[in-house]
Amino acid sequence: MKKLSARRRHPLAAIVVLIFALAATGGLYAAFAPAKKAEADDSASIAVEAGKKLYLSGCSTCHGLDAQGSSDGPPLVGVGAAAVDFQVSTGRMPLQQPGAQAPRKPEVYTPAQIEQLSAYVASLGVGPKIPTANMYAPDGDIVNGAELFRTNCSQCHNFSGEGGALTQGKFAPPLKNVDPKHIYEAMLTGPQNMPSFPDSTMPEQQKKDIVTYVRETTHKEPNPGGLGLGRLGPVSEGLFGWIIALGLLIGCAIWIAARTPKARTK
Amino acid sequence: MSSQDKSEVPEEHLPEVPASAHVPAESDPFADPGLPAHEPRRTDIDEKAANRAERQVAFLFVISMLATIGFIWSYVGIDKDRIIDIFFFGKIGAQNAALGGTLGIALFCIGAGAIHWARTLMTDEEIVQERHEFTSDPETREYAIREFTQGASDSVIGRRPLIRRTMIGAMALVPLSGVVLLRDLGPMPGTKLRHTEWKPGKELINEATGLPIKPDDIVKGSLTMALPEGLVEKYGPAGQKEELSHGWLEKAGMSAILLVRLEPKDVKSKKELAWGHEGIVAYSKICTHVGCPIGLYEQQTHHLLCPCHQSTFDLADDGKVVFGPAARSLPQLKIHVNEAGNLAASQDFAEPVGASFWERG
Amino acid sequence: MSSEQPKGGADKSTPIPDNAAVRAADALDSRLGIYGAAKKNLRKVFPDHWSFMLGEVALYSFIVLLLTGVFLTLFFKPSMQEVVYDGSYVPLQGIHMSQAYASTLDISFDIRGGLAMRQIHHWAALIFVSSLFVHMFRIFFTGAFRKPREINWLFGFLLLVLAMVNGFTGYSLPDDLLSGTGLRIAEGVVLAIPLVGTYVQFFLFGGEFPGEDIVPRLFTIHVLLIPAIMVGLVTVHLILVFYQKHTQFPGPGKTEKNVVGLPLLPVYAAKAGGFFFIVFGITAALGGLVQINPIWSYGPYNPGQITAGSQPDWYIGFLEGSLRLMPNWEWNIWGHTFSFNVLIPSLILPGVLFTFMAMYPWIEGWITGDKREHHLLDRPRNMPVRTGLGVAWITCYGVLWVCGGNDIIATHFHMSINAITWIGRVAFFVAPVLAYLATVRICKGLQRRDRDKVLHGRETGVIKKLPHGEFIEIHEPLEPGMRHTLTAHEQPKPYELDAAEDENGVARKVKRSDKLRSRMSHWYFAEPIEKPTAEEYKELTSGHGHH
Repeated sequence: MKKLSARRRHPLAAIVVLIFALAATGGLYAAFAPAKKAEADDSASIAVEAGKKLYLSGCSTCHGLDAQGSSDGPPLVGVGAAAVDFQVSTGRMPLQQPGAQAPRKPEVYTPAQIEQLSAYVASLGVGPKIPTANMYAPDGDIVNGAELFRTNCSQCHNFSGEGGALTQGKFAPPLKNVDPKHIYEAMLTGPQNMPSFPDSTMPEQQKKDIVTYVRETTHKEPNPGGLGLGRLGPVSEGLFGWIIALGLLIGCAIWIAARTPKARTK
Repeated sequence: MSSQDKSEVPEEHLPEVPASAHVPAESDPFADPGLPAHEPRRTDIDEKAANRAERQVAFLFVISMLATIGFIWSYVGIDKDRIIDIFFFGKIGAQNAALGGTLGIALFCIGAGAIHWARTLMTDEEIVQERHEFTSDPETREYAIREFTQGASDSVIGRRPLIRRTMIGAMALVPLSGVVLLRDLGPMPGTKLRHTEWKPGKELINEATGLPIKPDDIVKGSLTMALPEGLVEKYGPAGQKEELSHGWLEKAGMSAILLVRLEPKDVKSKKELAWGHEGIVAYSKICTHVGCPIGLYEQQTHHLLCPCHQSTFDLADDGKVVFGPAARSLPQLKIHVNEAGNLAASQDFAEPVGASFWERG
Repeated sequence: MSSEQPKGGADKSTPIPDNAAVRAADALDSRLGIYGAAKKNLRKVFPDHWSFMLGEVALYSFIVLLLTGVFLTLFFKPSMQEVVYDGSYVPLQGIHMSQAYASTLDISFDIRGGLAMRQIHHWAALIFVSSLFVHMFRIFFTGAFRKPREINWLFGFLLLVLAMVNGFTGYSLPDDLLSGTGLRIAEGVVLAIPLVGTYVQFFLFGGEFPGEDIVPRLFTIHVLLIPAIMVGLVTVHLILVFYQKHTQFPGPGKTEKNVVGLPLLPVYAAKAGGFFFIVFGITAALGGLVQINPIWSYGPYNPGQITAGSQPDWYIGFLEGSLRLMPNWEWNIWGHTFSFNVLIPSLILPGVLFTFMAMYPWIEGWITGDKREHHLLDRPRNMPVRTGLGVAWITCYGVLWVCGGNDIIATHFHMSINAITWIGRVAFFVAPVLAYLATVRICKGLQRRDRDKVLHGRETGVIKKLPHGEFIEIHEPLEPGMRHTLTAHEQPKPYELDAAEDENGVARKVKRSDKLRSRMSHWYFAEPIEKPTAEEYKELTSGHGHH
């Protein structure tokens, strides 16, 4: 086990998060907030302030003025900067309309604004930080990544990262064209209904391997056998077989059995 | 049609001939006018057209020959690992495409040539053939039955019951040997389906790291796949590979579990909390419907969905079925923390995991 | 022309050549008597219709399967012995896997042409089963299964079932994650069998799932046992087609007592032979250009792993769908488990569906009481009930089949799986009934159109203005051949029970089965669209009553 990851997550963190999430009173939060503020350093405090303004105008209607959550959105205390970066950079937040789950959309905020929002939310409680570029650079062990992917990911995202269905209209999104950073952040934070894979159970190197495998299979991997048919497996193969292959063969049969045109057409 | 009708078919075996067939056409507008006269095709009357058709057929056969040469060249001359990017197909294996494509063209052109030849240069004058009645005529029938009866009575099987009965007995017993021979196809089931590799005190090993799991590792909303010790390939602090014992696949197939941490207040069942540790619960990963591994965990609803037939289990309520064809709750593994501070099984599953079977009860 | 001497035979003045080929044939004939067989078969007549070639597609894809399959057996190692992969596919190097999976990877990446052969084999398998289905339904809808061909229908049916079983065993051989999941489900189904389930499972797998025996055993079944039976059945099937001669559609000059078409030599030899090359060619091109079953993406089988979108090949898809639709019924009686949630969808329901199909010729024969030979085909519209039943069967099968891919549908059409499953549960019962009713309506509508065509001729689209200002559309009368074709079908009367009392007023005993048969027969032949009679036709065409 990597000691680094153990240190980064204080053993009491989970309980702290629980207390926050359960807190319905602003008093509890107020009692705790100064401690948080003390941790924040000065250079970041400007970003936090800017982020707070953005938060109040764009997010607070659902997530509450103090990020305590409401019936329309979960509390954001302790979700960490990585969760904000993932949700806002992939355009999932801000949510346009309630549905089974937030779909991927073009992002609304600029990278600078996303940084400020992340800083503000991170200032509210301890949570996963945004990963650095070397953590998700796709140069890990692809073989190990493939094995881990089949054990932990393919059950929802499909063997080739094409995505899959969950209950009641929810779904695991396709992984094609997803930024490695976002793949990493999703594993780290468990957005929406996806379970998280924190460093304590899925160490950084393992996550890097998975990112490597996903990038290789969804972006670079050719289809040695020819047309990929969406890499959905037997469903698209069967459809192709029925419609195209059998269609061609029946077309040939029609040509073979048709009478040759006569010299004198009536 | 009746004009050529000379078959010796007894009338009773044929469908009723519509009355019209015996009526001259002027009185029956629906009578069968008979086979239309044959009309020649262009190639039957125009030598130029026929020569053109011949050249077309030959051209197809030549294309086929060239494609076969191309096939052989592709086999020898294209690197098997080469990938090419073709419009519409994307990045595909060059040699595979070349081999399949050339073979396809070589075969298709032989076929197309033969058919074009048949359609343009061979006769297209339809021939009429009579059908024969399948039912034998009475003489043949009587002859066959008589011969058989004679043969049977010559065998004296009817008059020698002892022979008859012992023969039937012997014939009936012989196949038993074949059935007995199949016995050693596999071991008796015994109680194997009732047990997994989990034993009291066996530590839970994280499949991703090969290391034991501490309660603090499992955070709310996370999902961890685990196996009993000795079934994960990487093991030990250095992460060195350990050779797995023989038959590990069968054991892994029955013993796979997943670990989640739930809010104690969200859990509907006291027993579930008692069998877990501070809200950490371990459930079998094997679906109770027909045994697919389940892993589609929705962390907000606590529902676990099986991708094979969509049985859905509520992990916050004793693993009860909330949708789909599975009939039984997902078995929970009772866990505790041992002296080393690691999660360990307190006992084997209290019930058989996976698909139902007759003796399960 | 006696029936012994085939019609359309060669000109008697054709001289008999004397060359090496003839001498070789003489030598063979003096040992095997080949001229007799040649006399019967060389000029055998086959009617021309595109739908008569569907069975050929099945036959030729079967031959393609045999050829490519032999190639694959040269390189495939049917063993579950664990090896460490060291071939050229990078993402799996160093992974533990079975010999079977490793050798399939080698066929795909390290044997030139191996991937093409694997893919041709797999495409041919999909085409084989789908062409069997389409061929079967051509036979069904045209009534070609009627006497004397019921036995051949049964042979064909057995071939279909064997093809599906062999497809499943073949797809299980590579021991990849997807096929292993299929086997796991098969194991769950076997376990659900009352009384003997666990024993069958342990004997089949040689112990606990997956064990080390299943792949070699399936290999023997896949390459030896079932193909041998199928080759035998195909042979008998074709001999019967030859012996009983092909059916034909009604038309001018075509009767129940003749067969009209082109001779085997040369036309059908060229056409059928050419079609074999076309089927093989298209399959080969698919194998080179369209990827199928990329087992390297699935990874080696591990019973603890799974992928979203775990589907079997299409022809097992209906079973997958029925398993998905089934509610979770399971009983425990006296310590024994009755898993109806598995038994009904995977064994009982397909059993009922396919037994009905297998027995259909006898079911229909009993209802109609028709014991005569039939060589002229029905046009599907003229048998509305049969056509409706066929469409209902296809609909029922189709609902199950579609629901076998409900998760793929859910993600692609943004629907909820649970909703699709409920729609499927309802549709399974409702859709076949609606399909039946709609089909019967359509058939009767088409019959009415035929009737109108016969009586009033074909609409030409030419509008004519009459002197007194009325506009009419010109109809041109049909040719006699067409008139005959559209009126050649029989319209049987339903089977009537004898009067309840005989002439002396004594009550007859009516057997219950006869009552049922009469009811069924009334349903079968109810409310026909009467064919036009000659009188009607003459009245309309003799200058009165223009339209």
